[in-house]
Amino acid sequence: MKKYSAFAIAREAARYHQGWERAWAKRAPKAKYDVIIVGAGGHGLATAYYLGKNFGITNVAVIEKGWLGGGNTGRNTTIIRSNYLQDPSAAIYEKARSLYENLSQDLNYNIMFSPRGVIMLAQTHHEVRGYQRTAHANALQGVKTEWISPSQVKKLVPIMNIEGPRYPVLGGLWQARGGTARHDAVAWGYARACSDMGMDIIQQTEVTAIKREGGKVTGVSTTRGDIACDKLGIVVAGHSGVLADMAGFRLPIESVPLQALVSEPIKPCMDVVVMANTVHGYMSQSDKGEMVIGGGTDSHNAYTQRGSFHHIEETVRALCETFPMLSRLKMLRQWGGIVDVTGDRSPILSKTPVDGVFINCGWGTGGFKAIPGSGWGMAELIAKGHSPLTDEFGLDRFVEGRFIDESVAAGVAH
Amino acid sequence: MSTRLQTKGRLVNRDRQISFSFNGKRLKAYEGDTLASALLANDQMLVGRSFKYHRPRGVVASGAEEPNALVNLGEGHRFEPNARATTTEVFDGLKAGSQNHFPSLEFDVGAINQHLSRFLPAGFYYKMFIHPRPLWKHVYEPFIRQSAGLGKAPDAETRDPDTYEYFHAHTDVLIIGGGVAGLTAALAAGRAGAQVILCEQTADWGGRAAVDGDEIDGMPVEEWIKNALQELESMKNITLRTRMMGAGVYDHGYVLCYERLTDHIGPSEGPRHRLWKVRAKQVVTATGAIERPLSFAGNDIPGVMLASAVRDYAINYGVSAGDRTVVVTNNDDAYRTAIAMLDAGLSVPAVIDVRATPDTPLIERVKSRGVRVMQGMAIAKVKGGKRVTGVSVCSQAGEGAVLEDIACDVVAMSGGWSPVVHLWSHCGGKLTWDEAGAFFRPDPTRAPLSFDGTPFVIAAGSANGEMDEGAVLADAYTMGQEAAKRVGATPKGAAPTAKDTAQAPLLPVWMMPQGASYKLRSKMWLDYQNDVKVSDVQLAAQEGYESVEHTKRYTTLGMATDQGKLSNINGLAILAQELNAPIPQVGTTTFRPPYTPISMGAIAGEAKGEIFQPLRRTPMHDWHEAHGVYWEPVGHWRRPYCYPQSGESHEDAVNREVVNTRENLGLLDASTLGKLIVKGPDAGKFLDMLYTNMMSTLKPGRCRYGLMCSENGFLMDDGVVARIDDDTFLCHTTSGGADHIHAHMEEWLQTEWWDWQVHVANVTEQYGQIAVVGPKARDVLQSLGGMDVSKEALSFMGWADGTLGGIPVRIFRISFSGELSYEIAVDAGRAQELWELLHANGQQFGVMPYGTEALHILRAEKGFIMIGDETDGTVIPQDLGLHWALSKKKADYLGKRAQQRTHMTDPDRWLLVGLETVDGSVIPDGAYATGEGTNANGQKVVQGRVTSTYYSANLKRGIAMGLVLNGPDRMGEQLTFLKTDGTAVHARIVDPVFYDKEGVKQDV
Repeated sequence: MKKYSAFAIAREAARYHQGWERAWAKRAPKAKYDVIIVGAGGHGLATAYYLGKNFGITNVAVIEKGWLGGGNTGRNTTIIRSNYLQDPSAAIYEKARSLYENLSQDLNYNIMFSPRGVIMLAQTHHEVRGYQRTAHANALQGVKTEWISPSQVKKLVPIMNIEGPRYPVLGGLWQARGGTARHDAVAWGYARACSDMGMDIIQQTEVTAIKREGGKVTGVSTTRGDIACDKLGIVVAGHSGVLADMAGFRLPIESVPLQALVSEPIKPCMDVVVMANTVHGYMSQSDKGEMVIGGGTDSHNAYTQRGSFHHIEETVRALCETFPMLSRLKMLRQWGGIVDVTGDRSPILSKTPVDGVFINCGWGTGGFKAIPGSGWGMAELIAKGHSPLTDEFGLDRFVEGRFIDESVAAGVAH
Repeated sequence: MSTRLQTKGRLVNRDRQISFSFNGKRLKAYEGDTLASALLANDQMLVGRSFKYHRPRGVVASGAEEPNALVNLGEGHRFEPNARATTTEVFDGLKAGSQNHFPSLEFDVGAINQHLSRFLPAGFYYKMFIHPRPLWKHVYEPFIRQSAGLGKAPDAETRDPDTYEYFHAHTDVLIIGGGVAGLTAALAAGRAGAQVILCEQTADWGGRAAVDGDEIDGMPVEEWIKNALQELESMKNITLRTRMMGAGVYDHGYVLCYERLTDHIGPSEGPRHRLWKVRAKQVVTATGAIERPLSFAGNDIPGVMLASAVRDYAINYGVSAGDRTVVVTNNDDAYRTAIAMLDAGLSVPAVIDVRATPDTPLIERVKSRGVRVMQGMAIAKVKGGKRVTGVSVCSQAGEGAVLEDIACDVVAMSGGWSPVVHLWSHCGGKLTWDEAGAFFRPDPTRAPLSFDGTPFVIAAGSANGEMDEGAVLADAYTMGQEAAKRVGATPKGAAPTAKDTAQAPLLPVWMMPQGASYKLRSKMWLDYQNDVKVSDVQLAAQEGYESVEHTKRYTTLGMATDQGKLSNINGLAILAQELNAPIPQVGTTTFRPPYTPISMGAIAGEAKGEIFQPLRRTPMHDWHEAHGVYWEPVGHWRRPYCYPQSGESHEDAVNREVVNTRENLGLLDASTLGKLIVKGPDAGKFLDMLYTNMMSTLKPGRCRYGLMCSENGFLMDDGVVARIDDDTFLCHTTSGGADHIHAHMEEWLQTEWWDWQVHVANVTEQYGQIAVVGPKARDVLQSLGGMDVSKEALSFMGWADGTLGGIPVRIFRISFSGELSYEIAVDAGRAQELWELLHANGQQFGVMPYGTEALHILRAEKGFIMIGDETDGTVIPQDLGLHWALSKKKADYLGKRAQQRTHMTDPDRWLLVGLETVDGSVIPDGAYATGEGTNANGQKVVQGRVTSTYYSANLKRGIAMGLVLNGPDRMGEQLTFLKTDGTAVHARIVDPVFYDKEGVKQDV
């Protein structure tokens, strides 16, 4: 693989950019792999990448029904933070955040991680107590967060109306090292690095069956034929239930639409990410200048990647109230994705009833921020059978009642 | 130069001159001008700068598809960035300015980027700025952000003075687009008797036909339009709306329309925009078609315009884009521009037609007027910098060797037309590739489906791929009738007719010349606003970004504010060429609402400021307001947090209220408590399933404190249940729980126990509720008179109906403070009267109102749990020592089985205890008690946490409740709570009841 750099750009510019190679190779599937990952989104690709990087397992295929990064990886609002309440969550999200810090260098692909800081606003006394609890938990978890006053909030976000009238800002939980990244680049960067290790990324290929013998996985059937494997990772947010059904087990998840929207681009006016859970909305400004806006999930189960407009109204109303200068900006585009939601709003990274089949799903509305940590833990789980990052996120927790409930800390999509 | 013509212009009123300003310059316009036509009339072709290279940008189109002419509009609180000049109507006094340049439009230092463009190909930023790491955050990113971004951000303190409103409409048929197709479809559906709403995004009916058409029904197009409108206006079943755009089509015939009410007249009274939410049984998209640019080197230089736009400006506004117009085309339609220019007395040095085609009537007409038609030719490059100065002509078949230079100041280009399929596609309508026209058209066999599986969107006219006037009218009438039929109306009447003009087939040309070198390809713009060129799409394909979505995202093609209305088809044709695949196989990116950007204000609607959300007021709200309340938002309610007296801090006020309630008499507005009537023969059985306690055995006249758990066993709500009679219970919920517990009950009744005879009614707002609390509580009630409130007549946990001071009341003897306490429910309409009475009569007993914070402290002093403090969705009743409330007699209740799971019965759980700081201080909210060492992820081990923590003015020390590992077994043990600043506070594990442990005060 030829390295990307300013020097490489200058070199290629001299020959009219004819020399750039494919970012990832296009290869026909082999008959058998050590590990097949179903789903070439961020989580699937990161899992493959760390299988190779951390465990030397490179006879790996990542099979994708559509185009890589085309699911929630390419649809989310790119917020990265790790200020979670419960220990297992904080561990995996903080691992992810710390990996994001060096991901551009690690992958030799600029994923534009922008540690611009994330504020979670408190607008009720109850929320104040909740975030103060999170701040205490974070201090013990090694996650650097800080409770800030309304005037500090205003200083960080001059466009915010902190004085109500309905929900004056009472303070905020500030994670200075949270931020955003370029979502597509995360998928592309991992894909390029996986391909460079000799892994096969097989797009436009749908898995139609999961083959088993004696309770153990032996391979998959796809629209391009059968492919054998020793181990199988299912990482297909939005359609996890469908794949689990192919493997013969059920998942405690529901699939619901989550929507987002962007404004037309304007010059920089907000340098941090703001999440306002009382009024239900969050916003950041992309490097292109668009205000990137998200809110809560739709309340109905669905597989259509669009949602109900009244959710957009509710979100925009919340943000116009929080940032009145938005009123005369215009919405450029709205879209939706399908998120897998579990009963405790925490993900599943787990072995399954089928020997050799592992599943990674249920990230709900917050999966993007977890991609590197999720891949890191999932790779360890697949390679070694367990990982401290994933041990608490097993499927058995629903049987035991050992929930990891984050709704205490974040009642809104993120 | 561009200027005003002598000819009139069909849409402008030459009798009414108005003035506006652009970049501070005062300019003249006529009523009816768009900002774009007015700027062109004032020789202002240069209107902005592109996103990436800061290239000069001129007006290129005449409608919603315009990618370049984006301006800042207005100022101060009414400032709006990124307004499209082509759809902005000029009014007297309008102020506009150009965007994305520094220091000025004419001289922009950012334009240096265009000279570096070779080093800034598609996706360059993914490949550089990687090292050293800190530079991205501190240098590269801020620089990129500042140079991107187009319009200026409104000032931080901007408060939009305009209002916006929603409008809900139901109709049989919604027709979007008021061109001749839309008018025709409306005639068809209207004559059939269907209810029709017809909307047109511009101010004028008739669309392109008045510019391009010949005759309809044997009369001039304008006259036909006038007649059609007259007929439509005469029908009662038709609603006509101009300046209203179909913005988005959603599931089940829900359509969003965006009506701009005052943008064309400037600041004024009344709503600025109206967002229509239309429920239509059938939607007809008569949205027309958009002309495609051609890809040749320098096609972005100001003065290169769509051929249709060039003639629009001449015919509609009486404005010439320039004196010498070279037309370049792959179809016949663009010849109309040559004719329009000649008619306006302007010069057309040549028509460059990539085709070698026999003469058709249009070509013939142009030739006969002495225009040179150059067949099989192409543009090698456009000359000029901030304005076109000429074109170099080459053979389309070659590599661009220049055969001839032609001086001109306008290049009118046409690459054919693409139907506007956005609204068809929003809700899942599929497209099919039309070889002849080289465009995607709606596939009628794969229309968007409604709830019942039947199609609900119909495309008509050009939007349906019909490009000839006669065919448009026939198709539109058929489709209007089809819509009418689908809603059960009977079609009548006949379609208007027009003669089609014979035209030679279009020749799809996606790049000119065919063998263009890299140097030429890197000057061929696809996306004018985002600076995406043919070479960029080719690079994306070369690097494996083969999916059209990858190409779009890698190059940013079609991601600008025009959402690729001009660039998409051209871009994906280049991609298809590069991949050696047919265009339909490459496919399109997803069309998403809105069709063109709509204001956030309109989306937010009326709800802002004080009425951002419904404000729920208790009956005593005004009294609190008048008595210096400090409010706390609780859901949509406002609840008194405390009542500070002059000079008091909130903290002082709370302490005073706490002490006074214990020593004398307190009044609490408890009206927000949820009150649900559960009634029916099966009410007892139902409540036995919902509550962990046995409720069916409760006697009428008595109250019982109950717990409710989720199916997963977690405690979700608590409250006092009173049995009113055999069939009727009144369930009190927490204030926050009223609505969702009501919904929870309904969900179980409607989905699981639908055959049980139970009704639930939420009567929360029907009653005011006043807690009269403290040692003098009975005294004040007795002073009002009316009912016996003695211990004997109304014992603890009993209730009774009666009157107080002449007001009918229901009194519950329950206590959430540990004091002698009466909760009095009263008709909401008389609640304030009773409150005032209690307050007046209470003076002799030292009465003071108290707020939510005092309420919390009083209950914490007694070790009473609070939902949301002691519980957080992970806590089961057993954790809180509430085993006594879990009925062992019942076979089942919600949460019972869940609570038998291994983790729930784990002997090592965090359990409720009291916490007493060693130094008497208050433990910070949410602090954790540390344990030994770290876990597998390197996190400090914890063994408990604070759930409620207060300063108790009664006990004059900090008190707290918390959940601690095996807490009740560790009484007296000392724990360390870490503060966020790294210091620690030490606390002993104690009984959670801090005050009146024997409970003698409440039961007197």
